[in-house]
Amino acid sequence: MSAVSVNKLTKLYHTKKERVKAVEEVSFEVSKGELFGIIGPDGAGKTSLFRMLTTLLLPDGGSATVDGSDIVKDVKAIRKKVGYMPGRFSLYQDLTVQENLDFFATIFNTTVIENYDLIKDIYVQIEPFKTRRAGKLSGGMKQKLALCCALIHRPVVLFLDEPTTGVDAVSRKEFWDMLKRLKDQAITILVSTPYMDEAALCDRVALMQTGRILSTGTPTSIISSFASNLFTVKAEKMYPLLCDLEAWDGARDSYSFGEFHHVILNAQYDVGQLRTYLDSKAHSNVEIHTTQPNIEDCFMQLMQN
Amino acid sequence: MKQFISFVKKEFYHILRDRRTLFILLGMPIVQIIIFGFALTNEVKNAKFAILDQSGDIATRQITDELDASRYFDLASSLKNYEEIEHLFRQGKVKLVVVFPPSFNSDLQHFNSAQIQLVADASDPNTATTLTGYATTIIKDYQLRLLHDKKLPYTINTTARMLYNSQLKGAYSFVPGVMAMVLMLVCTMMTAITIVREKETGTMEIMLVSPIQPLKIIIAKAVPYLLLSIINIASILLLSVFVLDVPIKGNLLLLISEGILFTLTCLSFGLLISSVTESQQTAMFISLVGMFLPTVMLSGFMFPIENMPLPLRIISRAVPAKWFYDIVKSVMIKGLSFQYVAKETIILAGMTVFLLALSIKKFKTRLA
Repeated sequence: MSAVSVNKLTKLYHTKKERVKAVEEVSFEVSKGELFGIIGPDGAGKTSLFRMLTTLLLPDGGSATVDGSDIVKDVKAIRKKVGYMPGRFSLYQDLTVQENLDFFATIFNTTVIENYDLIKDIYVQIEPFKTRRAGKLSGGMKQKLALCCALIHRPVVLFLDEPTTGVDAVSRKEFWDMLKRLKDQAITILVSTPYMDEAALCDRVALMQTGRILSTGTPTSIISSFASNLFTVKAEKMYPLLCDLEAWDGARDSYSFGEFHHVILNAQYDVGQLRTYLDSKAHSNVEIHTTQPNIEDCFMQLMQN
Repeated sequence: MKQFISFVKKEFYHILRDRRTLFILLGMPIVQIIIFGFALTNEVKNAKFAILDQSGDIATRQITDELDASRYFDLASSLKNYEEIEHLFRQGKVKLVVVFPPSFNSDLQHFNSAQIQLVADASDPNTATTLTGYATTIIKDYQLRLLHDKKLPYTINTTARMLYNSQLKGAYSFVPGVMAMVLMLVCTMMTAITIVREKETGTMEIMLVSPIQPLKIIIAKAVPYLLLSIINIASILLLSVFVLDVPIKGNLLLLISEGILFTLTCLSFGLLISSVTESQQTAMFISLVGMFLPTVMLSGFMFPIENMPLPLRIISRAVPAKWFYDIVKSVMIKGLSFQYVAKETIILAGMTVFLLALSIKKFKTRLA
């Protein structure tokens, strides 16, 4: 039995003028103990999906089970066994670190001592500040505290909604290390993030865009399904370069990517023709390299289709 | 139970750590009692008056002295002619001018009749009426003394006795009013805001995805404000007894129990507001318009309900504060026992149960 099973789940929002499909017939399975990532830009429907799975919203169609419990019928059962960390920092800012933790432990009918081994690795990092009010913690510390609070009752499935948004790069890395360690405790983790580079850190990911899942699989399988010849291009004047690339028949797709542009060539073209074309357009200092695609490239391509 | 205690403890942390709000909550009743007791009073004391004495005889001087000697009036100036009256009123220096016509005393002695004109500044009609009333009474007293022991052929003597408040103190009516107002503010507005705040900050989201029952959340939210209200009731009663000299004629225990009942009504209303609103601002606005204004306007504390048009009289019956105001007046001022306020008590209790049931039913266990 899978830890989370989602079948054609749909959520509509009604505004005065139109009906917006926030989540549209989404289906996926998450196995026990898996670290599953939902990757997608803002507005893709990640939060709505999480809120349905944590019984906070009623779906408008489809069904889902979390640890075997139906998200509509077995609300009480689900609320006992899931952990949920909303996207916004949602702890009591005027309570201290210690008080927040004790409070959430009691709410879930447990004690901090009982499950201390589970949060120990994370808690030791914020322990020096345990008498500080939660509102006065730094962003990374807040996330660690929120994670501790979401874990304190040893949930079967943990939902983390954009836990690393607005957190610095070092804290982000630490946070993912912590998630890896939690996996060893056999906790199934669903994490949503808008950062493509975090996809590689998950066991499996679902790429989500405008309410739909574009692709599901392990990060490597998604990347290997990317069957195109991808090149990075750089020149003196980057903007005219992009314009010329877009105008060229040989490029199936081109987009700026960091300090380079990424170009996907059509099947019958090769790198020599690309160089000739750019020379004909009188670009100077042209650099062309082959490169391995990453999740972001896949995402760009999936969005095109 | 442990969950519940932990929740109540957390609520106390919220209240005690927000020092400014706590200070307002506890200080408000004290400030209001003092303001109403000493500043906002409609009793008239030491009003400045002037005379235009065209006669200048013994009778006019005696009347002027009588007026000046009373605690209602202070003689400010003596005028020479009519034009000065207008001038003086424009400056706003006096509230009343007493005009004696020429040969006042001789008219009185020879024709048994004389006239006095009272000119009052009626830009404030209530004060003007009160002042001319006081002045007329003082002049009548003087006239009676002139008669000595001569009997008038027909006299009807009216003696008025002011029951329950023989000194006609304003404090007797506003202490119950302030009590209703303060409890309303503390309980309705603060409970509504505190729950909606959890919705705004997102903590309600986590609370909902936890095994705790909604009923526990709601009651735990109300407990600290119930305690705070009991402190407020105590401070209002202490102030009114020891500072304003308003005695508690009835049973103190009954009075406090009724206060707690009304607190529960307000708390239930606050919970209902919080169940149907999403932002602190809306919650505050609804509490102010839906609760505070009717309390001030329609409870009978500022304006007598008997004088209102029928629709307003009917609406006032739905205002919990009206019933509470009646109860406090009966118990505290008139010293009546429970049987006289049983009807009002039952109505308040009914409202409480209804509001509480509705707010629990309306409490959303999901986000939308």
